[in-house]
Amino acid sequence: MTSRTANLLGLLVLALMLTAVFMVFYWVPTEADQGIVQRIFYFHVACAWVAFAAFGLVAICGILFLWLGQQIFDHLGYASAEIGMVFCTLVLVTGSLWAKPIWGTWWTWDSRLTTTLILWLLYGGYLMLRTMGDDTPQVARFGAVVGIVAAADVPVIIVSVRLWRTIHPAVLVTKQGGHGLQDPRMVVALLVSLAAFTVLFLWILMLRVALLRAGSRLHKLAGEIALANAALEDA
Amino acid sequence: MEHFGFLWAAYSIIFTVIFLYVVFIWRRQSRIESTISALEAKMAELDAASNRKRQN
Repeated sequence: MTSRTANLLGLLVLALMLTAVFMVFYWVPTEADQGIVQRIFYFHVACAWVAFAAFGLVAICGILFLWLGQQIFDHLGYASAEIGMVFCTLVLVTGSLWAKPIWGTWWTWDSRLTTTLILWLLYGGYLMLRTMGDDTPQVARFGAVVGIVAAADVPVIIVSVRLWRTIHPAVLVTKQGGHGLQDPRMVVALLVSLAAFTVLFLWILMLRVALLRAGSRLHKLAGEIALANAALEDA
Repeated sequence: MEHFGFLWAAYSIIFTVIFLYVVFIWRRQSRIESTISALEAKMAELDAASNRKRQN
């Protein structure tokens, strides 16, 4: 994709983010039980959505890389895992900031929190493998396998509030069916936040993949120069 | 406005982390691109030197 597309996407991110912030801080009503701190939820859920989508993309790209062996899938998977890690960290941090005033504690070993922490650790392992390993097809294949296996935790996190006893609110789909949002404006603000973060994810993914491709080009060019130097000395 | 500090902290952290991450990507991209330009110039020099040697 061109830099023009990236710039347009960047502007769209800015517009959607400003709209989402306006809605979250001025437009939606304050939740009766939790008060103002409930407003963390809109971006917390959007961060979780991006993290899960990113890790899902890692698994899909991992399968495609193992199957087709094309480097673009490795680049997409690696970039997606890094972005997913950033947003998964934000989910854990903003979740703790919400939990302290509501639950009275920064952290509890609740099923959803624990499975999310496990996901964070799994992709931390994936990124350590990619960072410390060389830029070889073998490391890329190992990474693809780790990425696929780790993504299996995503559906576990999603259904954890229905499977196990938990204190984490089931906001999107409750056990009784329907959603946990009382006012239609809350639903609209959540949807706008989700749209803003989805476009943000695509924009950062585009930038990060371009960086990985540039890194590969640099690596290749350095190899070509070494060969050309050697040939010149031999001549 | 009870617990406003938690709300402020959450949104500040989100925007700061995203901003720093994007700046990190941009800076690395521009550094790599300038290195690529330098290496391309070096490659062109080596090609020219190799052609001169062949002609001699």
